[in-house]
Amino acid sequence: MTGLTEATGEVTGRAGPEAARHHGIPYLPVLVLLGALVLVAATAGIAAGSIRIPADQVWGILLHRLHPALAEPTWSPVRETIVIDVRLPRVLLCGVVGAGLAVCGMALQALVRNPLADPMLLGVSSGATVGAVLVVVFNLTLFGMFSLPLAAFCGALAALVAVYFLARSGGRMTTVRLVLAGVAMAEVLSAVASFLVVTSDDPHKTQAALRWMLGGLAGTTWTVVWIPAAAVLLGTAVLLGVCRPLNLLLAGEEAAAALGLDVHRFRAALFTLVALMIGTIVAVSGSIGFVGLIMPHVVRLLVGADHRRALPAAALLGAAFLITADLAARTLITPEEIPVGILTALVGGPFFLWLMRRKAAR
Amino acid sequence: MIPDTTPGALRAEAVSVVAGGRTLVDGVSLDVAPAEVVGLVGPNGAGKSTLLRTFYRALRPTSGRVLLDGEDVWRMPGKRLARRLAAVLQETAGEFELTVHDVVAMGRTPHKRAFQGDDATDRDIITAALGELDVAGLARAPFDRLSGGEKQRVLIARALAQRTGTLVLDEPTNHLDLRHQIDALRLVRRLGVTAVIALHDLNLAAAFCDRICVLHGGRVVATGPPGRVLTPRLLAEVYQVDAEVAEHPRTGAPQITVLTGGPSARPVALDTARPPAGPEGREPTA
Repeated sequence: MTGLTEATGEVTGRAGPEAARHHGIPYLPVLVLLGALVLVAATAGIAAGSIRIPADQVWGILLHRLHPALAEPTWSPVRETIVIDVRLPRVLLCGVVGAGLAVCGMALQALVRNPLADPMLLGVSSGATVGAVLVVVFNLTLFGMFSLPLAAFCGALAALVAVYFLARSGGRMTTVRLVLAGVAMAEVLSAVASFLVVTSDDPHKTQAALRWMLGGLAGTTWTVVWIPAAAVLLGTAVLLGVCRPLNLLLAGEEAAAALGLDVHRFRAALFTLVALMIGTIVAVSGSIGFVGLIMPHVVRLLVGADHRRALPAAALLGAAFLITADLAARTLITPEEIPVGILTALVGGPFFLWLMRRKAAR
Repeated sequence: MIPDTTPGALRAEAVSVVAGGRTLVDGVSLDVAPAEVVGLVGPNGAGKSTLLRTFYRALRPTSGRVLLDGEDVWRMPGKRLARRLAAVLQETAGEFELTVHDVVAMGRTPHKRAFQGDDATDRDIITAALGELDVAGLARAPFDRLSGGEKQRVLIARALAQRTGTLVLDEPTNHLDLRHQIDALRLVRRLGVTAVIALHDLNLAAAFCDRICVLHGGRVVATGPPGRVLTPRLLAEVYQVDAEVAEHPRTGAPQITVLTGGPSARPVALDTARPPAGPEGREPTA
């Protein structure tokens, strides 16, 4: 009997510190805090620039636009134009792209059951890049404003489907094979995109495509915001509806099947959804790496791995992160602008390495 | 703990599984009556896990059918089956830090629609399942950092949280200490559900199962009550061991003692309840 008591004591003792680490922070305050972070980042993003606009004026302009009675106009029309037509769309797009990348990263990590999965790692971003580069280099405008996102979506989906079937040869798909196929596909497609850009005769186009391949949000106008915003909003809503199946995938394919999930069909459907989101995102922002890799990890440390808690938090954190990163990209070496993809890689790479070392040490 | 659903009748009809040119399961037929507990035994590679995987829709049989209450499990939506049949799998390592509570809560998934949160009933069921398996104290701990035995108990708790009338268990007593082995199997009996349990420990199988099905090389070599099936002859044939079978004086269950070969052979008791007497006999450790 003493043996049993001892065993129970040991068990409870071990649970103690873990409990504090995992659920010490209540969920709702974290979500509110992340929401506040997005608002602060957005305010700073709109305020900063060649003409500084104080935060209260930023909100005055925004509220006045929302409803004239909400704020008395005390600012010049030029400032209003800067806020509404130049900076707001860019900040909104940053938020949309950041949220979308974070959410897609989290979904992909569950879908392939690998914490190293990322839109870039699985070749999705590269596929989208090739699709978009084709449109830019060959001037394809068959579908008007939808040409670029449509081509990027097709590229992303084609890359994912190719990776999926390469990894599935022999009837079953293993995670290792999937990730290896993804990495190889990403390399090949990046090379194809680079080749297309380099061999394009028009130096102007080359310049544009190259800058865009590095990932950047310069020159954002309202017209480019709507498509990715709609895709990310809808996509995230769908993902929130499939949180439970996503959780099941974390337990493994076999367990997910035993708990009633049609794993292959679910995975195929979600791959299409993720490709759609990534395609529209890459079409407007280029390849911005590491957001989809890092944000899910940070969020899991904060609120745990349950997607019902982690997905909304990832969307908010991703939005706040990319708005801040873009702010830095715009202001660090003014009047020049750094492509934001370079910044996220510079910040994200070391952070990820630190995360891995920390995980290994524990 | 009373399950929502009534115990199902599980039936395998000439189930065969061929993978990579090898026949893993070869025309296995098995009938499990409602509320009956059947032990699946056999040496490594006999096809126990493979057969069970065809029951919980992880592996489609190459030929043959698996029926639950007369309905082909491979022709109904997975979710519907998961509301009536739960599986306890051998644990797999995960890369994500799910808590024990997260893992057990997954058991509620088949009962939920999209966007539907956990209600008070779900929370009660999860709490009860954690308590039944003696892992309530670990609820907030990361699943990946538990010991093998603790993980196994959590996975049983998850199946329990599914509240099904039928259970399929693949070596649920693996990694468990003596007390928890007995507790787990007692729990299955107490639930009054239909259960198919793959077990390595023949004495446990004999003590807890109504019937035993012996698999060897993917085929059924014997099915029946433990006392009738577990004979020295069958054990010699299937496991290639020299064993004695005696009726346990107190439980009445067949008790198997494997004799290690050689002239100076000393009996090795597999029976966990009563260590062999004598100067060399093992002392109880607990």
